[in-house]
Amino acid sequence: MAQHKVNYTQDGGLPVALTSIDKIVNWGRSNSIWALTYGLACCGIEMMASGASRFDFDRYGTIFRASPRQADVMIVAGTLTKKHAEFIKRLYDQMTEPRWVISMGSCANTGGMFNTYATVQGCDRVIPVDLYLPGCAPRPETLQYGVMLLQKKIRANKAGNAQKPKRLM
Amino acid sequence: MRAYTPKDDVQAKAYYTDRYYVAPQVPKQEVETDEVFAADLAALKEKFDVKESFIQMKQMIVYINASDIYGVLEFLRDELTYTQLSEMSAIDWLAKDNTFEIFYQMLSMTKRKRLRIKFFINNGDAVDSVESLFRCADWSEREMFDMFGIEANNHPFMKRILLPYDWQGNPLLKTYPLEGDEFAAWYEVDKIYGKEARDVIGPEIRDTARVDRYDSERFARLGFEVPKGTEITGNEEPNKQDYQEEGGVFLVKKFTKDASKIIDDPQR
Repeated sequence: MAQHKVNYTQDGGLPVALTSIDKIVNWGRSNSIWALTYGLACCGIEMMASGASRFDFDRYGTIFRASPRQADVMIVAGTLTKKHAEFIKRLYDQMTEPRWVISMGSCANTGGMFNTYATVQGCDRVIPVDLYLPGCAPRPETLQYGVMLLQKKIRANKAGNAQKPKRLM
Repeated sequence: MRAYTPKDDVQAKAYYTDRYYVAPQVPKQEVETDEVFAADLAALKEKFDVKESFIQMKQMIVYINASDIYGVLEFLRDELTYTQLSEMSAIDWLAKDNTFEIFYQMLSMTKRKRLRIKFFINNGDAVDSVESLFRCADWSEREMFDMFGIEANNHPFMKRILLPYDWQGNPLLKTYPLEGDEFAAWYEVDKIYGKEARDVIGPEIRDTARVDRYDSERFARLGFEVPKGTEITGNEEPNKQDYQEEGGVFLVKKFTKDASKIIDDPQR
């Protein structure tokens, strides 16, 4: 039996915060976006710079994971070749829902300057994309801004099962 | 039926095509002008049939018979100290006379000389592999097979090296379009989703300069973004994008552009 008695409902001492399930779930999701390390070309260097100390992605709760099973967002950083297309689809399928995709840089968006037989003309031909970042390559600030926009997008949606799974087809 | 040839500008072509244009060529010298090369060539001629030889850009070029290639490279490596195979590949002359020209670029470290062995093969013929002489020829011959479709006899692993194994076509042939044939254009769709998905996913958009202001499926105007697929008539509402929502986010520091500090000094 406690010797003292605290009146939690008075003096602002209530250790309870009231919120909606949507808000608390989305708050958790949007502030712990773990990213799949997916550097395919020179954009991967900028992605690594975003994760390193100068730009420090950990501030946003974005930690790079080496496994798709632990990742929430796939940052497609670089040129997607036709040989690699089946692997990106396989890795995307291994991510648990809800999952998001950031297409980083011109090559991932549209094929970029590689208007050739061996380059997929935009990674959205293979997987559904949430956010396209322009640039060749985008600066780490662009990627940070992209992650913050993705956080906004996550918070704007319902958290429950009502969220429609994204399929390309 | 006769093969169709495009006749788009057959009339105008005469005005901008120089009929007497001759592509400039690097001048050729006699092999005798260089005594090291002359000695090498004499030694080579004793054992093998040499069709043509000259010096270009201080490098000797020797044309031989295709069947001699293994013996020639072995002789060059063991007797004439050309111990490095710098590069080898093929040149597509199919349009001219249905042949490939194969070249082997050799380097002698002791003589400080470079030499190029060349020969012609007919379309569809195979070359003899020199992989057992030079390990670097392993990947070069696989690349030649990948890019030109020229096989190498006695190669330990004659498979494509750069393109996927189920690829069709040889991209370095001059008849191969840079943007790919139909197989290449639909490769990822066919492989991942099947041929039925072609209608759903649609053809590749190869025009990188294409911008459609009224296409909200593929384009977004900065500051005037609308939900994907919205019909746009031209008077969208301005859509101010701040880092975070107006009300702020629980337990997260509020970022505002107005309160942010702008760093002008790049050497900060």
